[in-house]
Amino acid sequence: MSEPVKVLGERRAFAPLLTVDGLQVRYGAIQALRGVSLQVGKGEMVALIGANGAGKTSTLRAVSGMLKAAAGRITLEGKDTTALKAHQLVPRGMAHAPEGRGIFPNLTVVENLELGAYLRTDTAQVLQDMEKGFTLFPVLKERRRQLAGTLSGGEQQMLAIARALLSKPQLLLLDEPSLGLAPQVTETIFRTLREVNATGVSVLLVEQNAHLALNAAHYGYVLETGEVVMAGPGKALLESPEVRRAYLGE
Amino acid sequence: MSQLLQHLINGLASGTIYALVALGYTMVYGVLKLINFAHGDVMMVGVYMGYATAFALGREAQRSLWGVVVIFAVAMGGCALLGFLIERFAYRPLREKPRLTALITAIGISFALSYGFQLDIGFLPGASPRAFPEVIVPTEWFIVGDRDVVVWNWQIISFLIAVSLMGALQFLVYRTRFGKAMRAVSWDHRTAALMGIPTDRIIALTFMLSSALAAGAGLLYAIKDTSVSPLMGLYVGLKAFVAAVIGGIGNVPGAVVGALLLGLVEEFVVGYAASTWRDAVAFGFLILVLLVKPGGLFGRVAAEKV
Repeated sequence: MSEPVKVLGERRAFAPLLTVDGLQVRYGAIQALRGVSLQVGKGEMVALIGANGAGKTSTLRAVSGMLKAAAGRITLEGKDTTALKAHQLVPRGMAHAPEGRGIFPNLTVVENLELGAYLRTDTAQVLQDMEKGFTLFPVLKERRRQLAGTLSGGEQQMLAIARALLSKPQLLLLDEPSLGLAPQVTETIFRTLREVNATGVSVLLVEQNAHLALNAAHYGYVLETGEVVMAGPGKALLESPEVRRAYLGE
Repeated sequence: MSQLLQHLINGLASGTIYALVALGYTMVYGVLKLINFAHGDVMMVGVYMGYATAFALGREAQRSLWGVVVIFAVAMGGCALLGFLIERFAYRPLREKPRLTALITAIGISFALSYGFQLDIGFLPGASPRAFPEVIVPTEWFIVGDRDVVVWNWQIISFLIAVSLMGALQFLVYRTRFGKAMRAVSWDHRTAALMGIPTDRIIALTFMLSSALAAGAGLLYAIKDTSVSPLMGLYVGLKAFVAAVIGGIGNVPGAVVGALLLGLVEEFVVGYAASTWRDAVAFGFLILVLLVKPGGLFGRVAAEKV
């Protein structure tokens, strides 16, 4: 509907898992997304970068069913999921660790994790997967009986990721995992994300920290005022002068 | 001394009944942040359902154990259905609208029920109060000294029923998958949906549960008070609401503590001062608690999330 997307470099071959096509989202009279199209392949880690208010969070929310699309189509594994609500997408393999982490501070760490596995009936396997989560983030094991509200910001982010993984997702949506965290903690989280991605879980990552996100991701999209303006492999975007100027402060 | 004991017993007896109603306010507030002002009137409808069932059973059957069970089952089941319908058709369409809209709708339903039931057409009972059948024939179970302290059978039965209902609720909220989902919805229903929790269903079930508890409480109240009227829901509902606010609305143990305190305070006012002061002191007590702890005894004052 406007200028064509500037594509840098070649995307490596992938089998599409998530396809977003011409997605529009409105908040009353305000149009937050003006036709966003993007793809996430099986096993890929894809980053969505852009300034505040560019529509990154709205994109994630529409994909996970928290927001209704005003126009456009979202398909997961070839099936149209545009009209589905958030709770109907979880059994289809979608997990969304939302902006602000969305943990339940009035519940314990373990209860939060159990909610991540809310739809699963394989109790024994859930317990094993919970242990796996504790291996990824050992600090959660120490704090398992504590109310989640008493955790530090970094620990809450770890909990949000561990909880999202307990639904056994094919696609993990992450909104600003680095927000407000110390660099060291951020590093731990991103290292773990790469490990999780290496096990076959696709990741769609929204980040303000473009450097961090593009370094970790296979492919990236740049969002500006509700539209994708640029796309390319993470490294290619990192080297692009426009991205460097606009998002890396050079 | 024995007088004090007697008042304690009476206060606890009415406090546990308030508690069952207060729990409904607090649970619905928990999941929807809505003061369901129609809650007391749903209770009243439940009482009339029990009343009608008692008459249908007849004098002999209504006093038997199974008769009482049937009366409670009909009233609680009927109210669960009523609660479901109210949520589905009155509140759910307003879910994303400003909160005031739902609040005014709740007041509207409250009046529709309490005044609708005063009509004298069809199955509606009409405005005048009626005597509730003696489904539990009053018997003095314990007498201390020269009738210094008297404990009636219905007081103990009512106490036991109320406590077991509360115990079942406590188990449901803190020990089951449904309860965990309910607590998650109560914190943030949008995030709860991201866990795969069907939030609409959890909210509907919460309404059914709170309405069924209200019906049970209403019957206990009718047994104690021996009379029923279409306006009883407004009165008992308001008291239970006060109890829920004293305890900290949205907090399950808070509702119980608030209700027991309110029951005791009222009883002591009636016993040691004058019964005409009862309601004034009840609301005065509310103001006092809110002055010291604005969130209620167990509540937290949280900044509004934006």
